[in-house]
Amino acid sequence: MRKTVGGAQVRNGKVKLDLPPLIDNGNTVPLSVSVDSPMTAADHVTAIHVFTERNPQPYVMSAHLGPRAGRARISTRIRIADTGRVIAIAQLSDGSYWSDTVSVVVTLSACLEDGLI
Amino acid sequence: MAGRVVVTVPESAKRGAVIEIRTLAGHVMENGFRRTERGVLIPRDIISRFVCTYNGVEVFSAELHPAMAANPLITFTTVATESGTLEFKWTGDNGYAVTESAKISVA
Amino acid sequence: MRVALAALAFLLLSAEIPLADRRSGYEFMGRETRAMQDDDATNPALLWVLDGEALFKGNCSGCHADLKGVAARYPKAGVSLDQQINRCLKTKPFPYESRELLALTVYVAKQSRGMPIEMEWNETNRPFLEAGKAFFNRRQGQLNLACAQCHDDNWGKQLSGSTIPQAHPTGYPIYRLEWQGMGSLQRRFRNCLIGVRAEPYPYGAKELVELEMFLMWRARGMKVETPAVRP
Repeated sequence: MRKTVGGAQVRNGKVKLDLPPLIDNGNTVPLSVSVDSPMTAADHVTAIHVFTERNPQPYVMSAHLGPRAGRARISTRIRIADTGRVIAIAQLSDGSYWSDTVSVVVTLSACLEDGLI
Repeated sequence: MAGRVVVTVPESAKRGAVIEIRTLAGHVMENGFRRTERGVLIPRDIISRFVCTYNGVEVFSAELHPAMAANPLITFTTVATESGTLEFKWTGDNGYAVTESAKISVA
Repeated sequence: MRVALAALAFLLLSAEIPLADRRSGYEFMGRETRAMQDDDATNPALLWVLDGEALFKGNCSGCHADLKGVAARYPKAGVSLDQQINRCLKTKPFPYESRELLALTVYVAKQSRGMPIEMEWNETNRPFLEAGKAFFNRRQGQLNLACAQCHDDNWGKQLSGSTIPQAHPTGYPIYRLEWQGMGSLQRRFRNCLIGVRAEPYPYGAKELVELEMFLMWRARGMKVETPAVRP
């Protein structure tokens, strides 16, 4: 996360990260990020970054937006390897960074294939 | 069959309205961390970049990493500024490159 | 002796889920997973449905305008839907679990979405249903478990962090999050059989088709929801 954000301070707020607290299957977890922003030329979100704490590597997705987005809201589906935190960081046009963090619990499916198809 | 993508874009919109665009790409998104039964590492094979242009102007893009789920869904919004064509491009490992387009009529 | 037998019979019968208490696996999933199934535009199965539509136009629409209601009535006389599709394709059948066969099967089955499952315990079906029912109730594998013990007796309870569903075939072929792709009911059976360390019968085995038929009978009247998303 330091690599993406640099030395800037990341404040809590403006960002709403939505994902299920108890996850049916860590392979595919629906996730939405919305940022409270007017999305005007003067004041908009330039990027939304998603990270996970417990995956083999922390990067998930970086989305690049601008005033033409109209709204700062993205949805996707991600993989979460283990119970832990997911973090969304929004980069604003004034150079500030804001974030939201959600803790999730990941369960395993019963009745797996063990590599067999 | 390979490289199947689906985009859902409204056919028409009022000028200035914010429209939602939903995109789905069929792709295994092999994360590069899995091993076969014999313990051999399965190489990474993912879509790494997605770009949407509106009459040639980029309005949205994203970098994707192995933590994205298989058959990636990306939903985002854009302002309906004018009639024209939205183009979508997915690129990734092993030369993966798929494009799709959708027309929109803006009044 | 008669009282003991009657009591035993009552115990065996009472294991079956009463018709009014039957619930689709949909109801055991989280809100977000259900939303994945509900939105046709973002249900990952759409990728296969579109492939299936193209294959249908190329191979089936010569004879079939549509196949509404068909999936709600299969398997028929020991033949499953994907086996029937391959029979129709004659000289160029697709392998089990191939992308093409799954795409065609999901496209055909989706045409029955919203329709009630029809499976009658009649003379034609009886031998298959009896075999399927015996399979469902028979203890198997190293874990020595019968399907009924989880899915009739303990549905709704937790098994290693997941809720046990009633095991109705209402949404197949499904997009299973665990597989990160589409799969058939028989693939799901094989997962369960491996789960209890029992023999995973090969695709198309009569044991699996009989079990499919029995599950369809057990789910009679429930609505088809293909293509379903399941954990």
